[in-house]
Amino acid sequence: MKQDKIRLTVNGSSHDLSIGVNLGEIAPSETLVHTLRETLGLTGAKESCDHGACGCCTVIMDGQAVPSCMVLTVECHGKEITTIEGLQDPETEALDPLQQSFIDNMAFQCGYCTPGIIMTSKALLEKNPRPDEEEIKEALAGNFCRCISQYQVIEAVKQAAKNGR
Amino acid sequence: MANAYRYLGKNLPRKDATDIVTGRATFLDDFKPAGMLYGKALRSPHPHALITHIDVSEARQLPNVHAVLTHKDVPPEWLTGLPNHRAVLDRKVRHVGDGVALVAAKTPEIALKALRLIKVEYEVLQPVFDVDEAVKPGAPQLYEQFPGNEFTPGCPVFSPEPFNHVKRGNIEEGFKEADFVVEGTYGYEKFPCPLPPESPAIIARWDTPTDVTIWATTQSPTMLKLIMETKMGDTNIRCISFNVGGSYGNKQTVPMPVFYAAALAKAANRPVKFSLSKAEQLLTYDLRLSNRVHAKIGVRKDGSVSAVQGEWLVDTGVSSDLGQGQIAVGLGEAQVMMAKCKNWDLEGRLIATNRSASGICRGFGGQELKSALIPLWGQAMKKGHLDPVECFKKNFVQPGDGYFWRDGKWWVCREVDYVKTMEETAKKFGWREKWKGWNTPTSVNGTKAVGVGVGVHGNADAGEDESEAYVRLDPFGNAILQCCVAESGMGQRNSLCKMVAEIVQVPLESVRITPSDTLVNPFDFGLAGSRGSRAIGSACTRAASDAIRQLLERAAPVLKVTPEELATKDGMIFVKNNPEITIPWIAVMGPMNTITGMGHYEADYSMPNFMIFFVEVEVDLETGQVEILNIAEGTDVGRIIDPLNLKMQFHGAFGSAGVDSAIYEESILDTETGRIMTGNMIDYKWRPFTDFPPFDTVVLESEFDTHVFKAIGVGEITGAPAPGAILMAISNAVGVDIMDYPATPAVILKTLGKS
Ligand code: FES
Ligand code: FES
Repeated sequence: MKQDKIRLTVNGSSHDLSIGVNLGEIAPSETLVHTLRETLGLTGAKESCDHGACGCCTVIMDGQAVPSCMVLTVECHGKEITTIEGLQDPETEALDPLQQSFIDNMAFQCGYCTPGIIMTSKALLEKNPRPDEEEIKEALAGNFCRCISQYQVIEAVKQAAKNGR
Repeated sequence: MANAYRYLGKNLPRKDATDIVTGRATFLDDFKPAGMLYGKALRSPHPHALITHIDVSEARQLPNVHAVLTHKDVPPEWLTGLPNHRAVLDRKVRHVGDGVALVAAKTPEIALKALRLIKVEYEVLQPVFDVDEAVKPGAPQLYEQFPGNEFTPGCPVFSPEPFNHVKRGNIEEGFKEADFVVEGTYGYEKFPCPLPPESPAIIARWDTPTDVTIWATTQSPTMLKLIMETKMGDTNIRCISFNVGGSYGNKQTVPMPVFYAAALAKAANRPVKFSLSKAEQLLTYDLRLSNRVHAKIGVRKDGSVSAVQGEWLVDTGVSSDLGQGQIAVGLGEAQVMMAKCKNWDLEGRLIATNRSASGICRGFGGQELKSALIPLWGQAMKKGHLDPVECFKKNFVQPGDGYFWRDGKWWVCREVDYVKTMEETAKKFGWREKWKGWNTPTSVNGTKAVGVGVGVHGNADAGEDESEAYVRLDPFGNAILQCCVAESGMGQRNSLCKMVAEIVQVPLESVRITPSDTLVNPFDFGLAGSRGSRAIGSACTRAASDAIRQLLERAAPVLKVTPEELATKDGMIFVKNNPEITIPWIAVMGPMNTITGMGHYEADYSMPNFMIFFVEVEVDLETGQVEILNIAEGTDVGRIIDPLNLKMQFHGAFGSAGVDSAIYEESILDTETGRIMTGNMIDYKWRPFTDFPPFDTVVLESEFDTHVFKAIGVGEITGAPAPGAILMAISNAVGVDIMDYPATPAVILKTLGKS
């Protein structure tokens, strides 16, 4: 069945988008990172490699960390998506404890990889609130950080896990 | 010693931390001026060819295409490179991926579609990929003006006269004095990619026919302006940078993207963004220099170097951005490492070959030269059964030792002596227990052999070039730091605010720094050569002190004391020996005035910084796989400004910045086709999260006479001593010399005769 509309829920708000090749429509070839950044104005997810290798564009979709450059928007009908912009408490704007832990442990340098790394870590903690160091590293194996903030990121995730207990 | 400072030496959240962890931090890709078009380039499939015919008529007719440029349409006076040689587009293409045509269109997709409509015919020419081949008579010539494919020596921004040759003392005598002489060819040739996660990108908008605004992914906006203005005829550049997604020295002048965006924006009369795809970044943007050294070294029984002679062939690919400057710095750094040697004849030559260009990146010539020189020197140490740590201690620069620096001038080292740093780091690493001699493993367990290695590096550029800063005090207890510093990960904008807050004595929240925009800020050369802490730090602290001096001078008559009797804290002025007497800044300034202090820093190359890098590796003798077991790296920074930021600069030694260029990072060139085969982040190897070994750091604080806070920067050089150290460790583990970078399993097994 040909479908010409899709609905995405992003950070709790739902968006109806038309599929097509005209201005303002979502082309069948468009990737989710593009839709998030260009159509919805959510520029927190960063595009770097555009082929699923670096994790800078990671968002959480139905509980799973996914590289949004490898997902076609047209495939996302009915999905629940959380981006870095959705981690703060919508009412109080309080940071998610994981974000706070990244600040406390200075777990970034340039920060380009950071939204992706935080989202991957967030998905991990949701599934496994008490990961050990190996599980943290394993979960982040697809995230590239060229400034080498890895040592501090591991500390930050460990501490967030510990505080969450 | 107790830390008497409010901010220095303490780990406080970076001022931009919340923006970064919430995704609010703005990078170039998150910004779009009104009417912006997208630029794309058609690129050459041949490593060396002449364009005999190019037809863009169909591309021009495509709706929503605003400009199509070929070599016939680009501003002829625009030439980049050193000396100026590289046009925006040329009739001759010189590497696979060289620009052939440019398109600006409403969307990236339309621009790509237009590129597919361009028809090009080429006359294919013979390419050359090897430096030794490139300098031979009869080799294919890349540029008419550079016969023998050798770029004219000299880097005028660094020195009026070319500095590419260290010639001093008496080289024959030097070798006579030597007890051990070694000669050979050593290389560091695989030009890895610095690979910042944010690809290089530029948005250009012409504001008048001669004024262009360049929004750039640059770590040094003023450097971009200063250098690119000399390449673009009668053009005045305003350069602005946002948060920069990593640079590692690699996003400085961003030359070709600046040309492409600016030429297209001019032709289209609209702002144009030109951003490189990841493939374009890996295949066409500036890589590390490749280099080969044919050299001879003489070493005395006591480990001191008596003579260094040789030819350093630097392969910069198709173009030199600042290669001659990198040679100058590399030669300086070699002398700093072997500062007791009086007899030198070492010449650097910069050679063009038919691959994408090498350019500026962390390590800047010195890392490249040293990665070849340390293995050469190691061979001489091996002959004499000398301990490398003792040799480094014996030879590394100390107060009173001199060297020719990149400005061609003779500098005498003062203040800094790193022997203690070497000893303490060796101790932390356990060098004495682990070092068993050359080509001797620390231990062998079945098929696993363990070995250790060490390297050193130091760079007098930590005091390089000029900086200016203004500090403006407002009546309400705030300080505004005006200084053209970008944020590409070092946290330097924050560190400078800390320094200003310390002097002005206000909360860190009350210090703000202007955006990195060349129009609103005074001159600052940029973040390069670890100069931030000392050079920019000096300008900022002097500006802050100057502002406070003016404030207190104005307050003195109000409080009927001398300025010397006054001090300020948190926006209040008080009499030092009677702190009850206090007035707010506004009582002195009034509500509608500000006070501006100015600070300046002038280059000083008398204080090299330092790193010593120890590494323990385990090599699987069956598979040739190398695993790093642990690292200990040490330095002396005078005084720590920001402990965690400093620690992360050490960690930045991984990747092409050093460590991984020794074991697996490389750009792989297919010399049949001239193509680099590592054009994506799967084929190009990098270290994943799962593979980071324990990393100890040793930081001394000897309080150097640099500026009021006595600090010197080291960020650039943490990776530089690593490659030589790692080859040494691998050779010791396997018991045979491994001399090729990167020492992949294939290299190791071949050397062991197992493949
Ligand atoms: S940009 Fe999506 S994984 Fe790299
Ligand atoms: S912080 Fe720069 S890439 Fe991770």
